[in-house]
Amino acid sequence: MSDLEAFRQEIRAWLEENCPPEMRQPVHDEDDICWGGRHFQFKNEAQKLWLTRCAAKGYTVPDWPQAYGGAGMSPAEAKVWREEMNRIGARPPLSSFGIWMLGPALLKFGTEEQKVHYLGQIARGEIRWCQGYSEPGSGSDLVSLQTFGEDKGDHWVVNGSKIWTSYANKADWIFCLVRTDKANKYQGISFLLFDMESAGVSTKPILLISGNSPFCETFFDNVKVPKQQIVGELNRGWDVAKYLLGHEREMISGAGGGDRLTTIGAVLNRAGLEDPLLRAELAMFDVDALAYGAMGEKFLDEIKVGKAHPAQPNMMKYAGTELNKRRYELLMAGGGSASLEWESEASDGGSRARGWLRTKANSIEGGTSEVMLNVISKRILDLPGA
Amino acid sequence: MPLYHTEDQAMLADTARQFMADEGAIAKQLRHFRDIGCKDGFGHGLWKQFAELGFTGILVSEADGGLGMGHVEAGIVLEEIGRNLTPSPFLTSAVMAASALADASAELKGRYLPGLLSGDSVFALAIDEGKKHRPERIATRAVRSGNGFSLSGTKDFVVHGSSADMLVVAARTAGADDDAEGITLFAVPRDAAGLSQDAVRLVDSSMATHLRLDNVQLDADAVIGEVDGGREVLSRVLNAGRVGAAAESVGVAQGSFDMTTTYLKQRKQFGKLIGEFQALQHRAAHLYSEIEIARAATIKAQQLLDAGSDKAELMVSVAKAKAGKAASLAVREGVQMHGGIGMTDEYDIGLYMKRDRALAEFMGDMFYHADRVAKLSGY
Ligand SMILES: Cc1cc2nc3c(=O)[nH]c(=O)nc-3n(C[C@H](O)[C@H](O)[C@H](O)COP(=O)(O)OP(=O)(O)OC[C@H]3O[C@@H](n4cnc5c(N)ncnc54)[C@H](O)[C@@H]3O)c2cc1C
Ligand SMILES: Cc1cc2nc3c(=O)[nH]c(=O)nc-3n(C[C@H](O)[C@H](O)[C@H](O)COP(=O)(O)OP(=O)(O)OC[C@H]3O[C@@H](n4cnc5c(N)ncnc54)[C@H](O)[C@@H]3O)c2cc1C
Repeated sequence: MSDLEAFRQEIRAWLEENCPPEMRQPVHDEDDICWGGRHFQFKNEAQKLWLTRCAAKGYTVPDWPQAYGGAGMSPAEAKVWREEMNRIGARPPLSSFGIWMLGPALLKFGTEEQKVHYLGQIARGEIRWCQGYSEPGSGSDLVSLQTFGEDKGDHWVVNGSKIWTSYANKADWIFCLVRTDKANKYQGISFLLFDMESAGVSTKPILLISGNSPFCETFFDNVKVPKQQIVGELNRGWDVAKYLLGHEREMISGAGGGDRLTTIGAVLNRAGLEDPLLRAELAMFDVDALAYGAMGEKFLDEIKVGKAHPAQPNMMKYAGTELNKRRYELLMAGGGSASLEWESEASDGGSRARGWLRTKANSIEGGTSEVMLNVISKRILDLPGA
Repeated sequence: MPLYHTEDQAMLADTARQFMADEGAIAKQLRHFRDIGCKDGFGHGLWKQFAELGFTGILVSEADGGLGMGHVEAGIVLEEIGRNLTPSPFLTSAVMAASALADASAELKGRYLPGLLSGDSVFALAIDEGKKHRPERIATRAVRSGNGFSLSGTKDFVVHGSSADMLVVAARTAGADDDAEGITLFAVPRDAAGLSQDAVRLVDSSMATHLRLDNVQLDADAVIGEVDGGREVLSRVLNAGRVGAAAESVGVAQGSFDMTTTYLKQRKQFGKLIGEFQALQHRAAHLYSEIEIARAATIKAQQLLDAGSDKAELMVSVAKAKAGKAASLAVREGVQMHGGIGMTDEYDIGLYMKRDRALAEFMGDMFYHADRVAKLSGY
């Protein structure tokens, strides 16, 4: 038996023993997701147990080094971990912006002290992070951001506002892009970390078309941020920000999610499928979904060993989110009038309709599809003037 | 196994890319043999070179004198064939017929494999009956006769049929036309009495035939595999052909795409390079993404086939459908973005469009395979 096969057996046995049956059910609602953090309310004991057990082994962040709370898995081992998780339909023990976005940025740009401190908290699910990038006047054109940090010797005083800050009202800390030099566009931004309980921080939830309110306007009124809470160099935060965006886009792309939820033809068929044209659309969709599943696997395999084009996460984000929107269009069509129900018990509180509406944000959040296509044109295809 | 080429495979890819760009180039092969009206539609000289490089033995086991490699390696060669539109009997002979012969008796292997390995022989497949690929239904009959069989029926879209030294014919030895079982594969020599072919040139300048079997008498040793048990061999041959055609389509898509992006960086209108127009950039970027995904699906299918996985069938159809979709988009965008000159015979971009159309039909188009994906998924 190869080492990897032995490793697979070990993981399989561990999961068998430690993953509670409740945690092998598909995620239905937002509150099935474990986000961690100071104020997190576990939905049930199983959710808490699953997090505790995984965190103890470093399995919340399997490929981070052990020194920072991970399990130190190699790319091949991490792939085995994903495959075994997918095999039994296990939910991720912990989902967070810390894992997906800040963590990778800290691993690359953080000081040793920052890594030990912040990464450990993220891995254990102790601190929940939010992302302070977008501003009312700076969406796609993020680099035009205006939130300003005034240098006060050993700290900055931050003033301004962010918008579309997901879970700002539930997060403990924020990673935030702040202008620290008004004369320099790209090289005048710093990447700061601060506590959302700091004096002068306030949030105001925004209601989405799905009827949920997962994001906020975030205001900074003379917020004091100590100088050691900067990641990377002063005025070089744009490099950190872009690197982090690559990871955010990789996450939103859904790569590595396994086959279980990708295809929908069989699911809709069980509910009765009589329209031949819909069946045909579903079949074409399933082809694209299964092909994209292979793409996700290839992308992750390649990116872990440095074989992927550095701008490839943009392609993945584009393709993955457009596919997901199509998936929900077909799910709505397949569900017919039943999928219109918004509050009934039968519809699980309108979960399909709300899910459908939520997917429309996929091709906006983290950089729009049009911006992804711009980036592909410029960085991968090297087209002129892009 | 990671979804990228191993070091050995990457080396093979380098060799194949260089070789095909030099020797298999459009001007040297496709245009040359088209313009002289070649009856084969491909060059035997290049086929010999394929053999010298070992390409013709990629899917032949080492015990039988080949390289004993897999579909990933065959796909590497096919992607380069596609990129250069190289006319070649590689897919029918070294991929599909070789997959059939892998199961054949020592007698049949001895008769046909040496010619394949040396590049002296070409093989073809006679499977389709009618205009569309539908191998679930086989009406060609083989009835017991003497110490062998007598075959009668008609076959269509027999690619390289009139150049082939041997044709793998799928015929029915039992059951009704639509039965899954009762199929037998036969190795039919080109000069068998009662075999006639009507050769036709296709849109991409390749040659195919309409084939007639009129009481063609064969000895029992012409049977490949088991009598009545040919469905399994056939399905292996089809998988090989489909995933191979997918790989070739990825090459066609990539070749067409590269030519198009190069053009976007050269052609000026309105005082700008046309590649500066966002309307074209976004379409090119979308196309890039589709080709990448098609390539991933194809290598996944190749790996699953090589590993003997039970998920291979599904993924092969995914790959054939997705690669067909991507390549079709690539050639349509390619001609469109070239403007008027894309319509001229002088420019190669139109040749990609023609090759794509022929490949799309070969071994089932995207509609056939999407339907198959649905059926295999239970709807
Ligand atoms: C659900 C959700 C969650 C989010 N969470 C966060 C978060 O946690 N933190 C955070 O900082 N931000 C967050 N965002 C904000 C998100 O990053 C922005 O919405 C996104 O970057 C687009 O900016 P915008 O909304 O200002 O749109 P705009 O930039 O105004 O774009 C409007 C339209 O113009 C198009 N467009 C813009 N520029 C170009 C161009 N150059 N070429 C072609 N078309 C162009 C866009 O593609 C879009 O279709 C979230 C957004 C959503 C929807
Ligand atoms: C069969 C045929 C018959 C013809 N007959 C005649 C005739 O009888 N008389 C005659 O005078 N002409 C004729 N034409 C020429 C025809 O009008 C031109 O081919 C056409 O105007 C396009 O110009 P072009 O070929 O130079 O392509 P280009 O202008 O070079 O275009 C190349 C690509 O760039 C795109 N593009 C160009 N500018 C932009 C932009 N600003 N934004 C976005 N995309 C852009 C185009 O859409 C195209 O996809 C004929 C062409 C054909 C194919």
